Amino acid sequence: MEEVKLLGAWPSPFCYRVIWALKLKGVKYEYVEENLTTKSERLLQHNPVHKKIPVLVHGGKPIPESTIILEYIEEVWPQNPLLSDEPYERAMARFWIKFGEDKTSVFIAYFQSIGEEQEKAKNEAQEALKTIEHGLGDKKFFGGEKIGLADLALGWIAGWLGAMEESAGLKLLEPNMFPHLQAWIRNFKEVPEIKENTPHHDELLAYFKSLRERSIASARS
Amino acid sequence: MADEVVLLDYWASMFGMRARVALAEKGVKYEYREEDLRNKIKSQLLLQMNPVHKKIPVLIHNGKPVSESLIIVQYIDEVWRDKAPLLPSEPYQKAHSRFWADFIDKKLYDACSKIWSTKGEEREAAKKDFIEILKQLEGQLGDKPYFEGEKFGFLDIALITFYCWFHAFETCGNFSIEAECPKLIAWAKRCMQRESVSRSLADEKKVYELVLGVQKMLGVE
Repeated sequence: MEEVKLLGAWPSPFCYRVIWALKLKGVKYEYVEENLTTKSERLLQHNPVHKKIPVLVHGGKPIPESTIILEYIEEVWPQNPLLSDEPYERAMARFWIKFGEDKTSVFIAYFQSIGEEQEKAKNEAQEALKTIEHGLGDKKFFGGEKIGLADLALGWIAGWLGAMEESAGLKLLEPNMFPHLQAWIRNFKEVPEIKENTPHHDELLAYFKSLRERSIASARS
Repeated sequence: MADEVVLLDYWASMFGMRARVALAEKGVKYEYREEDLRNKIKSQLLLQMNPVHKKIPVLIHNGKPVSESLIIVQYIDEVWRDKAPLLPSEPYQKAHSRFWADFIDKKLYDACSKIWSTKGEEREAAKKDFIEILKQLEGQLGDKPYFEGEKFGFLDIALITFYCWFHAFETCGNFSIEAECPKLIAWAKRCMQRESVSRSLADEKKVYELVLGVQKMLGVE
């Protein structure tokens, strides 16, 4: 059995989606925490193009980019499938994974800005959540009855968004908004492999508060 | 039951061309429908089939829409899997192809559109970026006939459709891509010998005329 290593950095949701996939498939791996301020030789060697985490290293071979890692994991360890066999369902899952990736900058903008700029980003972010709400419909998960790759890729909404909202001081997801998405968040958090492998809210809150202070300070200077 | 395949596209789109090449490789008969993007007119069908992004290309297979060009190519590969496999079968090779296709989408389009849509210093910076990106891709090609080895495949399709825009970039930017990346141009000419490619790519002179027209509008001749 070839060795599996995951180069990551707490509390990156890009990293956690890979952890969730490995846990759901029962794949043993070694986790290596990388320092993103001073990047190790190992990280630069395994991801010379983007120099980012996560990187999965399987039998010494590196696979960077979380969404590509997810597809790789699905192909190498087919037990407990996270992607349908049916081409159209696969295309739909990939569409929602890509949608989430494309909208990352909108949520970052909402988190890092203040005043009018934040209001504008908030509206864009809510539009994105509305689209996700419609895409989900009344399905339990994006994959249907079972959790799948699209759920993992959008899983940051379940665990991270609340802490982001609290530290940004501006709510995105009001209690009366997007009922399907709210139900999905509850269902997602209850999946044992997710529940046992998500950072604690308080720790995330402290992390985001400090990150936001630094972002605003550097934007003002 | 015969398959009904429709492609909503725009003649000059390098993303639409990817779908055309993939369908041609598989010998799939389909109906091509041109969207009038030059005059910013989007058909009801496009708005209905891609309500999220309202963009081409969209592949409609027996009434069901698939959007995002690389997702479409993977869908085509999975549905018509008995002929001309496009993605490598080995998971690590597959991940490698997906990584570089993702790299092309993240970096190449922005760099090359700035060559013709800006002027002066901004244009020079865009040229520099563009050549650097092409050189990285040329590095991946090495001495192989195609990106994945002996056979034409997914990553070749992801990149070759930009080739019919090279003449426009070179003329606007006043430089020779062949002088900078001779191996890549040799690869492109090799790909153009395939009917699936030569019939799917737009005429480079017509692309240049299109670019001239848009430049006039933007005031950046």
